[in-house]
Amino acid sequence: MMRRVYLDNNATTPVLPEVMDSMRPYFGEHFGNASSIHHHGQETRAAVERAREFVAALLGCRASEVVFTSGGTEADNLAIFGLARPGDHVITAAIEHHAVLNACKHLAEYRETTGCEVTYLPVDGRGLVDPADVKRALRSNTKLITIMFANNETGVVEPVAEIGKIAAEADVYFHTDAVQAAGKAPIDVNQIGCDLLTISGHKFHGPQGVGALYVRKGTQLEPMLYGGSHERSRRAGTENVPGIVGLGKAAELASAGLERGDDGHHQKMAAARDRLERELLKIEATGLNGEGAPRLPNTTNIYFDGIEGEALLIALDLKGLAVSTGAACSSGAIEPSHVLTAIGLRPDRAKASIRFSLGKQNTPEDIDFALGLIPDTVARLRALSPVWPSSTPKAAVSKKLAARSQ
Amino acid sequence: MSTETIAVAMSGGVDSSTVAAMLRAEGRKVIGLTMQLWNQRRLAGHEGMPESVQGRCCSIDDVYDARRVAETLGIPYYVVNHEERFERDVVRPFVEEYLAGRTPIPCSLCNNHLKFDQLLIVAQQIGAEQIATGHYARVVFDEQLDRWLLKRPADKSKDQTYFLFGLTQEQLSRTLFPLGGMTKPEVRELARKHNLAIAEKPDSQEICFVPGGDYKRFLEAYLAEQGEQLAQIPGEVTSIKTIAGEMVTTDGKVIGEHAGVHNFTVGQRKGLGVATGSPLYVIQIKNDTRQVVVGKDEELYSRTLRARPVNLISTAELRQPMRVAVKIRHKHQPAPAIIEPASESAAPDEVRVTFDQPQRAITPGQAAVFYDGDIVVGGGWIEGWIENSTQ
Repeated sequence: MMRRVYLDNNATTPVLPEVMDSMRPYFGEHFGNASSIHHHGQETRAAVERAREFVAALLGCRASEVVFTSGGTEADNLAIFGLARPGDHVITAAIEHHAVLNACKHLAEYRETTGCEVTYLPVDGRGLVDPADVKRALRSNTKLITIMFANNETGVVEPVAEIGKIAAEADVYFHTDAVQAAGKAPIDVNQIGCDLLTISGHKFHGPQGVGALYVRKGTQLEPMLYGGSHERSRRAGTENVPGIVGLGKAAELASAGLERGDDGHHQKMAAARDRLERELLKIEATGLNGEGAPRLPNTTNIYFDGIEGEALLIALDLKGLAVSTGAACSSGAIEPSHVLTAIGLRPDRAKASIRFSLGKQNTPEDIDFALGLIPDTVARLRALSPVWPSSTPKAAVSKKLAARSQ
Repeated sequence: MSTETIAVAMSGGVDSSTVAAMLRAEGRKVIGLTMQLWNQRRLAGHEGMPESVQGRCCSIDDVYDARRVAETLGIPYYVVNHEERFERDVVRPFVEEYLAGRTPIPCSLCNNHLKFDQLLIVAQQIGAEQIATGHYARVVFDEQLDRWLLKRPADKSKDQTYFLFGLTQEQLSRTLFPLGGMTKPEVRELARKHNLAIAEKPDSQEICFVPGGDYKRFLEAYLAEQGEQLAQIPGEVTSIKTIAGEMVTTDGKVIGEHAGVHNFTVGQRKGLGVATGSPLYVIQIKNDTRQVVVGKDEELYSRTLRARPVNLISTAELRQPMRVAVKIRHKHQPAPAIIEPASESAAPDEVRVTFDQPQRAITPGQAAVFYDGDIVVGGGWIEGWIENSTQ
């Protein structure tokens, strides 16, 4: 079996064994519908509410302010479509995840039905939104500001607390997509001053298909799904009990990890990321995307001039190293990253960029493995690149291949 | 048997899927690659284009099929994005050719610039020295000539060598056409034997990026989307309306008007919009004056044409006249002809073709491909036929 190392934890993370263990009984003996009155329902109801408390503890909010969803995308959509009404103005940023960006795009494109206008704020060369821009974009009809906590491609942490202050002063709702921050950076909804905040289970070693939206008490949020009175009538549908239990466990472990400080996973993760980054930047004609900005401890995004990120990704995958570049479209092909484009990176560099993102499971040996592969692979790609100055001209026609073509 | 890695260009169709299965069965290390070339949603709903996406190129269904085949065979599979190059090297030339009154072949451009160029580079970068495709053609190395030869396949009804005349020696040396010795029914049978879900999938015939085969609508939608950016096309074409012009007879008489040269191809009879006693055909499309010249069927015949640029395969250069058979469109029966350098003053890659018998509807923009039996000598783009050469 080929050794495989996974450095794409911003896409998804492996479920931790403790999380798996916590979920297992809810596929079997504890099967009740959490809305049922009988014993079976009471059992699962208790598990759901326990999980809600763990999530609340991770976010620094009350349990009653946590709404479980099917994931980050649903939570982002619920925040945006739950608040924006005809005639409203929404402020967001060009570097948002598609779950926010395309929801806002929908608001703007279907103005005749939604009646909404959207402002897309730019970012600077480091990938940071300027809070002054947020302030300037405010209008009398601004209903919502939605700006992410940390970017999925670069790991850049946005000045959300400053934006929260601006939102509070202007009496405008503030939503932040904290999908990438959860478990990697301390989150406190009161410190941020947000009214809504999105997390997703599978980005911090919980299961896929479950997430949560923090909704500050008193927020007038219209549901997107209509049905039973689940989740305080904010999200109809029988609860995904095993998923919610897993999310709760992941939140519990993440809270503990963040508190542990020095001996916690985060210091180790940051050290491993720093070593990977330092070594990769020693390769000629490379650079860090998001340099100079505060970043998550697990993410590094690097451009390698003269290569196609797509080819590097495939070449590394074939040798057992999983990394990522840009965003995949419906066919699975890679599209130029809107985040790196917004940072102002040259198109060829945007396409030559690779994201490495670490998780709790990664070891120093994983970093050794990556460092053993990447420099050679980059050199080989450059040697065959039509745009790299010192590449070898197309190999002479090989007669050796003759026999094989028969 | 080689153990070296080979990349298979997989479209999700029967042919390329079977190629992947064959190479896998031989024990080769196979990587499946699909090129994402065109976003079908891009022009959907524009300028009379169908709202729903019906084109075959890069559709999600085809990628799904290819991925399923790769999964069945247990091979790694990736989609690689070449949309930018495809638009630059295939779609724009396709549009520009039509607007210049020519009839282009996008498949050959795609083979030259994408499949056997960009994809080959990606293949090499990811560790595959060769690529295999589902084309019906053969490639062999000739020791005596010291050259790679492109040959017609066993199944002459499926022959795709017409679209491959632009391949260089380097490209041929790295290419495998495993279906060259098989017939289509044999390929389908093999696909069934390998339990490939796509074994009964119908063949695709149309231009992959033109939904429903309606190229006129595609041109109009593309022009509307591009607007001013196409201004470098001769005559500063910014909309389809500016390429309208006169319909004239071969003796210069104006008999009507037409709505744009892109509506016509040489030899066309239907849709001319003029009524006369005898049947009329498009004889020539004049790019400079935007005139469409119409005439009688017998005026469509010509003995000579010029082709440029020409790519030679079985020989390094053409110094002397050479007797070959020449195909002037995909479905044309190769006709005996002499090829020779166009003239001493002409560009070295320009060839003059003189047929033994006049050929009907030699069409600028199509390719003239030269055959010596099953061997492809080379080929080039038809510039035009030489007037008064039927005498």
